[in-house]
Amino acid sequence: MADEVILLNFCPSVFGMRIRIALAEKGIEYEYREEDLKNKSPLLLKMNPVHKKIPVLIHNGKPVCESLIAVEYIDEVWKEKAPILPSDPYQRAQARFWADYVDKKVYAAARNVWATKGEEQEAAKKEFIEILKVLEGELGDKPYFGGETFGLTDISLIGYYCWFYAYETFGNFSIESECPKLIAWAKRCMEKESVSKSLADPHTVYDFVLGVKKRLGLE
Amino acid sequence: MAEEVKLFRNWSSPFALRIVWALKLKGIEYETILEDLQNKSSLLLQYNPVHKKVPVLLHNGKPILESLVILEYIEETWKQHPLLPEDPFEKATARFWARFNDEKLLPSIRDASTKQGKEQEEAIVQVEENLKYVEEKLKGNVFFGGETIGYLDLAFGWLANLVSVLEEVTGLSLTASGKFPLLSAWMQNFSDAPVIKECWPPRDKLIIKYQAMIEKYTAVAAPK
Repeated sequence: MADEVILLNFCPSVFGMRIRIALAEKGIEYEYREEDLKNKSPLLLKMNPVHKKIPVLIHNGKPVCESLIAVEYIDEVWKEKAPILPSDPYQRAQARFWADYVDKKVYAAARNVWATKGEEQEAAKKEFIEILKVLEGELGDKPYFGGETFGLTDISLIGYYCWFYAYETFGNFSIESECPKLIAWAKRCMEKESVSKSLADPHTVYDFVLGVKKRLGLE
Repeated sequence: MAEEVKLFRNWSSPFALRIVWALKLKGIEYETILEDLQNKSSLLLQYNPVHKKVPVLLHNGKPILESLVILEYIEETWKQHPLLPEDPFEKATARFWARFNDEKLLPSIRDASTKQGKEQEEAIVQVEENLKYVEEKLKGNVFFGGETIGYLDLAFGWLANLVSVLEEVTGLSLTASGKFPLLSAWMQNFSDAPVIKECWPPRDKLIIKYQAMIEKYTAVAAPK
């Protein structure tokens, strides 16, 4: 029986990118549907009634919500190809811990970088760079967070790379000068087709953020 | 080879309790290292430099952090008494609701207990909405895991322990009103399960702790 896979998404979403990368890594065919977040589709509201958010992975009519949960689901269902989590329980715990760290820390800190001004923004930039440095420290000299192979932690973080241009422009700073190893890691990930085809164009992201700032009166 | 399992926790943390319950359900021998969170040990800070929190599970010298991550590690390492369903969709659903607890339900109950005025009213509305989802999940089941206690019962377990404490301290009625009969029944069944009962933090100590915490929040918020 053919699998029916649908992804409800919004192009600039770093969370949606995670699922796109996982699906691409596994070579899964799926239908992509772009949501208008100001006018959410009945399908989205039905499939994610609790949070009413994208991304939502729908597999044979059943929804899986929350991007990291969906990525693990994809790994478990399509387990023959391109494993996203390692098989050793301790290494799996490490991967999950760092993916959870990305979730707990990066989004909020990054948002403060583009949504604030003056002293508040300087403090936000400092905090954001500190978080990236912790991640850079964890990466060390490994090619990917999990070691030799691209995996869950890489997938949880790489989507933010296409937002860096917006952060740097609105924040007037260079992430590469502070975290060169992290940028090298990001470029390495971008060499993978599953990543380069899943990330949004940085200029599209910039325009989106500009639009949000204008709407919220944050210029 | 002898396994060495240690758990860094404090006497009351609901997150740490999840790990105690999981280890006991699986019959795993372990050593407890009790932490005073006002005076954290250098070992705790060494094993959890990023968050500096309990619980920390140490297995043969290797640390595992974050309670839900630890639960998954325990499940994958010790296969007896499985806590998670095998089916990937059901597993994803359990994980979704555990996150819902940590990211939505728990913060809403914390806000309802510690905020004042309009903010508190809004938080209470949120708690009710959140608890409706939890109630719905219990339809047709004794436990969230089905016939026996599972991962999601451990994730929601803190409710059975702390909701009545918070209700007594704040005077709020979260589940005491009888609005959530399945949830109230589950709280009783969960608390009565032998493995769970033997690890319950003492209620009188919890009352004192949460009374002090809420007084602190109220004092900060109250205009002088």
